[in-house]
Amino acid sequence: MERRQFLRIFPAGALVALAPAVSVAAPQHGRLLVLVELRGGNDGLNTVIPYADPLYIALRPRLGIRRDDVLQLDAATGLHPALRPLMPLWETGELAVVQSVGYPQPNLSHFRSIEIWDTASGSGEYLAEGWLARQFARQPVPADYLAEGVLVGSPEPGPLAGGRAIALRDIEQFRRQARLARSRAAEGNAALRHILQVDSDIVRAAARLEAQQSFKTQFPKGALGEAVRIGCQAVAGGRVAALRLTLGGFDTHQNQAGIHAGLLKQLAEGLLALRSALDELGRWQDTLVMTYGEFGRRPKENLSAGTDHGTAAPHFVLGGQVRGGLYGAPPALDRLDGNGNPAFAVDFRSLYATVLERWWDADSAEVLRGRYPPLDLLRA
Amino acid sequence: MGPGRYLGWLPGLLTAAAVAGTPLGEAGARHLLERTGFGAPPVQVAEFSRLERRQAVDRLLADRRTVALQPPPPIAYERLSRLKDLSEEERKAVQRELVRQGGELRDWWAGEMLRAPTAGDALAEHMTLFWHNHFVSSQQKVRSSYLMLKQNELLRSQALGNFGQLLHAVAKDPAMVVYLDSATNRKGSPNENFAREVMELFTLGEGRYSDSDVREAARAFTGWSIDPETGDFRGRPPIHDGGEKTVLGRSGNFDGDDVLDILLEQPATAEFIVAKLWREFVSPAPDPGEVRRIAAAFRGSSYEVRAALGPLLLSPAFWAPENRGILVKAPVDWVIGTIRTLDVEVPDPSPLAFALRQLGQDLFAPPNVKGWPGGEMWINATTLLARRQLIDRLLRGEEMPRRPPRGTLDMHFDSAAWLQRYRDRASVQQALLALPAVQPPAAGASGLELLRALLLDPVFQLK
Repeated sequence: MERRQFLRIFPAGALVALAPAVSVAAPQHGRLLVLVELRGGNDGLNTVIPYADPLYIALRPRLGIRRDDVLQLDAATGLHPALRPLMPLWETGELAVVQSVGYPQPNLSHFRSIEIWDTASGSGEYLAEGWLARQFARQPVPADYLAEGVLVGSPEPGPLAGGRAIALRDIEQFRRQARLARSRAAEGNAALRHILQVDSDIVRAAARLEAQQSFKTQFPKGALGEAVRIGCQAVAGGRVAALRLTLGGFDTHQNQAGIHAGLLKQLAEGLLALRSALDELGRWQDTLVMTYGEFGRRPKENLSAGTDHGTAAPHFVLGGQVRGGLYGAPPALDRLDGNGNPAFAVDFRSLYATVLERWWDADSAEVLRGRYPPLDLLRA
Repeated sequence: MGPGRYLGWLPGLLTAAAVAGTPLGEAGARHLLERTGFGAPPVQVAEFSRLERRQAVDRLLADRRTVALQPPPPIAYERLSRLKDLSEEERKAVQRELVRQGGELRDWWAGEMLRAPTAGDALAEHMTLFWHNHFVSSQQKVRSSYLMLKQNELLRSQALGNFGQLLHAVAKDPAMVVYLDSATNRKGSPNENFAREVMELFTLGEGRYSDSDVREAARAFTGWSIDPETGDFRGRPPIHDGGEKTVLGRSGNFDGDDVLDILLEQPATAEFIVAKLWREFVSPAPDPGEVRRIAAAFRGSSYEVRAALGPLLLSPAFWAPENRGILVKAPVDWVIGTIRTLDVEVPDPSPLAFALRQLGQDLFAPPNVKGWPGGEMWINATTLLARRQLIDRLLRGEEMPRRPPRGTLDMHFDSAAWLQRYRDRASVQQALLALPAVQPPAAGASGLELLRALLLDPVFQLK
């Protein structure tokens, strides 16, 4: 992607003001961001549970988690029992739970809503580039990095669309495929220069992935455990600014209970393994982990013992620098919209602003195309 | 080395005057075919290389195909509301069937592109895809292969026909009615989705209308709906707002067709469409003067698509050396174009649609109402490796022939027969690359080694 592409979204007058920013040295890019995508629309209400709200069990006569089974975080809020592996992190204050994350005029289509999240756009605007790609266009990552970002679990670039991300399914396979790429100086017309740049990115990443780290950490079986293992291999091989892991299967329209519990168990064990492996690499203190996904699910369960597409949902932020606790606001189950969905309390772009401003010491207004207040969930 | 070989290296100003009356030669023919169809099949290169520009463009636009070559898969309308009355088992069976039909539909279209017999047929197919990416609807929201097929047949019928007629028909096309929520647009509580997109994306372009125009137009479109029993378009007079509206300065008791006619009267509409055709066929940067000239002809013809395409393909910019090899090949160019250029035999084209999806162009499912962003966005580390992987498999199949696993792309490339057409390395390179190779093949390279070097060269990503 031509870096100019990013600038094109601003009116011509803004270009002059923006230009100096590009030359600013990347700040704090030693700090790693790990995004964990919960694909399909995670049922937030059964993830972070307002167990003391009588409306909760009224809306969830079959799917509701019994009060005794909830892992209580305080007198009103608790976690699904399958998230038990996360409790040590909660107790050491490394886990922040941000409730009711969403955006105005929510879109209930998977495809459109994740695009809104990935591009950090408003509900009615269409942007081609991901929010992380816009950030790295503004402040390039150092030349000795493996890549801007590494994607594991899904090759779709999402927040890194238009940037320089490498998708990995299997490191050996990537290195084999990369033999079909050659690193050459960028030359020729704009399209050709772009292709040559991508070729160089592939070669650069493949060269740094050669050394394979072995971990003491036991990576759990399942898709997320495998993604965590490969992601940590990449982090061990060379610096990256962002790692995006994907766990799918959250679109639980039918017979949700068992499926959802299994996914949450995978999530909790995967996050725990991530922490342990990054600790081995000495990276946990400079890692910020954040979950995200297109939307939550409808509070009222459906007739198939499942839930339909919703809006706002809770997300987790964890890491060595995180100040644990509850943030945002619990879902207001007494004030649902026309589709039966709750209002959001925290705009998802505030989470992104937290990453940009507080984690990377960068300005967020240009990348997010507006001011969104960051959350105060980091210690330093 | 024919005269066309020189053509590509002449300075831009000279070419327009100097080559009138000169045959296109192989390089010129290849350029025209790659840009307008899918790849440059050797038989068609030979045919078009003997023609002058005007003859070539006339021949390309002479075909009148408006229907598919192969019968579409038999897909019946499925009333989705029926699902509610079914048991879970039955519902799952219906859903499996819908997924299967969606796959068949994509395979069928990929097959149409692959097998388009003439250059004119390939252009008609290319334009069908262009309109799919202009009047976007997606299976992801419409959730009916039947309605998506009907829409494809409509786009195909007017692919090289009349834009005005196509616009009116698309506005009432059931898949579009579902995709842009027209079905929920009713008197008293209008849904503005279609009214906004028809102005922003289908006709005028952003900034050429006001929010008030959108609100008023939405009222005119109220009552355009579909019959859930049959899936056909149905106007519902009781929920149509028959009052007076003001759109782009014109007032009256407009219905939706009136509003579309008002949009077609605007010179901005013709310019918007011509600029988009320019980016598709000529270069990423439309020339404003040329766009106005061609748009005037387009509007003057009451929006005959050929009246825009003819002057576009005959414009000096289309042939200018500086505009060769500056467009990134879309996945359809890469997958289907490469197969056609190399005369590869594909016994079963059904995995082609899967390859397109892997490379980011899932037929019948553009990412959003703006369509595939295209250009450089087609290429990232994943898609670039996946593209090269397909070439690698194609050549490996040739090097060590064996049956591929079921469900993967089965291709037979007879490289010896293909190479026989070309007398030397330079002509092989000219048949494949729009610009000189970034990494020229090793001096002694020939046969498969030469082909491998050229097909893996970054320039092969361009057209």
